[in-house]
Amino acid sequence: MSPRPEFRTYNFAGHDEHVLCFGTGSSRRILIIPPLFEEMNRCRRMLVQAMRALAERGAGSVLLDLPGCNESHAALEAQSLSTWREAVVAAATQLGATHMASLRGGALIDDGAVNVPHWRLVPAKGSSLLKTMIRTRIAGDKEAGKQTSEAQLLAEAQKAPIELAGNVLGPAMVAELTNAEPSEIVQLTLRLLGQDIAGSPLWLRTEPQDDPAMSAAIAADLDQWSATCVG
Amino acid sequence: MPFVPDSVETTIRELLVDVLGVAPATVAAMTDDTPLFGALPELDSMAVAGLLTEMEDRLEIMIDDDDIDGELFESFGSLVAFAKAKVRE
Repeated sequence: MSPRPEFRTYNFAGHDEHVLCFGTGSSRRILIIPPLFEEMNRCRRMLVQAMRALAERGAGSVLLDLPGCNESHAALEAQSLSTWREAVVAAATQLGATHMASLRGGALIDDGAVNVPHWRLVPAKGSSLLKTMIRTRIAGDKEAGKQTSEAQLLAEAQKAPIELAGNVLGPAMVAELTNAEPSEIVQLTLRLLGQDIAGSPLWLRTEPQDDPAMSAAIAADLDQWSATCVG
Repeated sequence: MPFVPDSVETTIRELLVDVLGVAPATVAAMTDDTPLFGALPELDSMAVAGLLTEMEDRLEIMIDDDDIDGELFESFGSLVAFAKAKVRE
């Protein structure tokens, strides 16, 4: 029988935020910090399949919903990388995370709780995530017959929330994304696609796709890593 | 390590597979004259945004969006020529 999903919550800034759990009976509980913004949606199915496979191997995992995302009651425009970093710490503490695994932009906010081992897959720079969202916005404006520039959008973003590729981002988020790089932490295992994990960069694809082999490869790697690397 | 122009074409082929999800065999068969925009259904304006950023990251270049016109994605050859020119800058 396929492992059963469980829905739990963690409390952050007065809101109960969702998490999806598999294998809650395990002594290992890997907190998964997904990619940010649209990249999160593109990877969700692949990630959840990896979590099921992990549970079958005997390792528990928890997929975090960030404040302002999915069914969250919090406003996305009130979030920044700083609030998300604090939310990750809150979730890790309240849900008893023994390990932390982040993908892409998730690596920008995984460094608040450093007393557990960390695993990162293809970390992304904040500036790259921001630039793609700005380009998407400019392309959308252009199709609507409106001329916008990056400089103009960034100037607007200093004063008020702006809408970029379906995300309403506040001034703090835009400012933090501009300079954010995955930080150096001590207990870090870095994984790259094609070298350590075979698969396709689903986070880049505008058409939703799946990659069962990649889910299996991630599960196998996380299982081995979390079994040997104890926080 | 800076990119040598010869490896630029390889990187562009990898990008088309990675970002657009086009089959590797289709991309491998592309020549300079292979049309892209309008001919590849995967290449829409959303995909272009991601493609440009990933091109910047992998080729270690900066692309000023004012440099971009409709002809850039006209063919595989025009895209490779643009990337090579940027790498030489």
